[in-house]
Amino acid sequence: MRKLLFALAGVVAMSAAQASATDYKIMAPAAPGGGWDQTARAMQTVLQDEKISNSVQVTNVPGAGGAIGIAQFVNTAKGDPSQLMISGFVMVGALLTNNSPVTLDQVTPIARLTGEYEALVVPANSDIKDMAGLVEKLKADPGSVSWGGGSAGGTDHITAGLIAKAVGVDPTKVNYIAFSGGGEALAAILGGQVTAGISGYGEFESQIKAGQLRLIGISSDERLEGIDAPTFKESGVDVAIQNWRMVAAAPGLSDEQKAAVGADVEKMAQSDAWKKILADKGWADTYLAGDAFAAQLKQDIDSTTAILKEIGLVK
Amino acid sequence: MDTFLLLGQGFLVAFELQNLLYALIGVTLGTAVGVLPGIGPALTVALLLPVTYKLDPAGSLIMFAGIYYGGMYGGSTTSILLNTPGESASIVTALEGNKMARKGRGGPALATSAIGSFVAGLIATMGLALIAPTIVRFALSFGPAEYFALMVLAFMTVSAAFGDSTLRGLTALFIGLTLGLVGIDLQTGQARLAFGIPDLLDGIEVTTLAVAMFAVGETLSVAASKRSADEKIEPVKGSVWMSREDWSRSWKPWLRGTAIGFPIGAMPAGGAEIGTFLSYSVEKQLARKPEEFGNGAIEGVAGPEAANNASAAGTLVPLLTLGLPTTATAAIMLAGFQQFGLQPGPLLFANNPQLVWGLIASLLVANLMLLVLNLPLIGLWVRLLSIPKPWLYAGILVFATLGTVGANPSSFELGMLLAFGLLGYLLRRFGYPIAPVVVGLILGPLAEQQLRRALAISQGDPTVLVHSPIAIVLLLLAAAAVIVPLILRARGKGKVLAQLAADED
Repeated sequence: MRKLLFALAGVVAMSAAQASATDYKIMAPAAPGGGWDQTARAMQTVLQDEKISNSVQVTNVPGAGGAIGIAQFVNTAKGDPSQLMISGFVMVGALLTNNSPVTLDQVTPIARLTGEYEALVVPANSDIKDMAGLVEKLKADPGSVSWGGGSAGGTDHITAGLIAKAVGVDPTKVNYIAFSGGGEALAAILGGQVTAGISGYGEFESQIKAGQLRLIGISSDERLEGIDAPTFKESGVDVAIQNWRMVAAAPGLSDEQKAAVGADVEKMAQSDAWKKILADKGWADTYLAGDAFAAQLKQDIDSTTAILKEIGLVK
Repeated sequence: MDTFLLLGQGFLVAFELQNLLYALIGVTLGTAVGVLPGIGPALTVALLLPVTYKLDPAGSLIMFAGIYYGGMYGGSTTSILLNTPGESASIVTALEGNKMARKGRGGPALATSAIGSFVAGLIATMGLALIAPTIVRFALSFGPAEYFALMVLAFMTVSAAFGDSTLRGLTALFIGLTLGLVGIDLQTGQARLAFGIPDLLDGIEVTTLAVAMFAVGETLSVAASKRSADEKIEPVKGSVWMSREDWSRSWKPWLRGTAIGFPIGAMPAGGAEIGTFLSYSVEKQLARKPEEFGNGAIEGVAGPEAANNASAAGTLVPLLTLGLPTTATAAIMLAGFQQFGLQPGPLLFANNPQLVWGLIASLLVANLMLLVLNLPLIGLWVRLLSIPKPWLYAGILVFATLGTVGANPSSFELGMLLAFGLLGYLLRRFGYPIAPVVVGLILGPLAEQQLRRALAISQGDPTVLVHSPIAIVLLLLAAAAVIVPLILRARGKGKVLAQLAADED
């Protein structure tokens, strides 16, 4: 049955004018519904609608922050230019904390697609008014500031560690309380169970707008339009971090194959349909490809490794 | 009454022909995926998300809600008839429901579960419409310490409710707790008991363990027992419908199940399973004929099924009022909202009242549709049991394997299914109860995380566990659940308790 479908797809592909368009298979190394899965499905929609590709299939391989997916991808997709995988900043930390034998060096990064900045919030009735107030409390007694966020070793945890380090507090003293997701952390922050909350801006957006949470800082380099809060850097905390998502191709591709995939992804990222989806979902367009992306990726991996070692999660 | 006016407008939206159609598609799909073990409503909604991109927001959200409710209905059917829970929330239903089915009372079991789900869904959806803000305030007052106390209560009532030998019950529970330790620890990100096997990093899937223990273990023990040849399953004994006695024994459990399930579903870290466990324990304590528990007591189906569906409605409370998804399905529905540029949260009721009230009204409509869809099918479903035993069990085995592999296509998962099936057989063979193993796997990690969070926030001060009235009350209830049976035993009522717990697989 499947062969028949493939054969049919092949016939359709040949009869269509664009004989050069490739079929893609995109792996989301996470369960359906999460950010990586949504990115894969958004790519599927745009690649097909814009006729960049005739057929795009999305598969989910969940587990261990993507460690299981990438292992499978490296083993089975080697040298196959039609296979893509979504990855992101979270995977950098997950591969390190899980001692994964496979690393991001083994895939072919194509481009960074989207990103989200980390927001630091406190409950509306908190006596902490701004970043300076939090830093003061943190310096006085690091343990008395409990930070609620996503799983240990993830972007939220790394950001908390970086903030502590930047203001001269020992990162191992950070009292980080991991929740299984932004939602569960949100409940603890709203209920006043933890001192501060740290997670992607989108997780807190509607509570901030409704006045239930106070946004005291955001992790972007410069102020963002429509977000009324200083950056960490403006408040004197030298931390900028972006929870980015990227698309990678299989290992062992020739330069021509890499260029062809890169061209398809670039075409997709510049289409209006893609920009509309990003706007609808509230994702920032942080497209970055080529050598600039490779350099940025290396820098992110190095700084993540350093901070995770300092927090004590990686030996 | 502003609310009723808004709800009335909501019904106008829900009764639009195309929205009725979306609701129908939703509940039908939901029931179908609920029946299959492993394929849950979360996956279905995720797959449909890109499809609905071109529909209007109201229609697609109505369809998602239909899938969600339908999934909760469908899961009970296989639990009752085949002892193969489709969802973790219908594990408890299998305990009494399957016993009833084997005695030829599958019809009433399915009926009480369908009507109970309807009643619970109806009351809980009304609750969602009327008292959502109050419920949310209550749910947010639960911090890690209160959750820990709730878990302790669940542990105590559940282990007291299962097994005639406390030692055997506890042994089974601790097997489950140990299995619950497997995987990456949330607080530190370190792998525990994974032995370097990547498939174990995310822990052991609850449905894999439940299907293995119940369905595979049962099949093995039927195949291994000599007397199986003469033992016959009667597909239908008496009426397929509920008798007057069934009704009178069911209605109170429905209401109690709803009262337990709705608030627990609304809690950010509650989860449908906990409500079903607590409801089962409560019904067992209150039953007029406690000796029937373990042998097919209708209360044990009616209560947990109502709790299950009430908690599904409860989940929508934090989703709609706070933008807080508390289950995988709710998280995907949140993504669905965002796809249309809507941000669920405190402002949703104010900014998009038409959509919200349309959704709530559609839930009521979907609920009615499910009842209409499911009741006539009961006669057909129970025929499944008239299939000759070897075929039936072969079918169950195929079904269980397909569901597990379908949810997670890995040979390791299949190996785990078989290994746990063997464990299930051995436990049965030597008279250990099965349910506490599954309960341990579900509750163990939750209790551990909450305890560690509570202690981390208080910087190691254990008195944080009893700092609030809610936590104290829950812990006192837990203590009572242990002490009362001890007193009963001491007073010479031990026989009743032993009987009550006999043969519970």
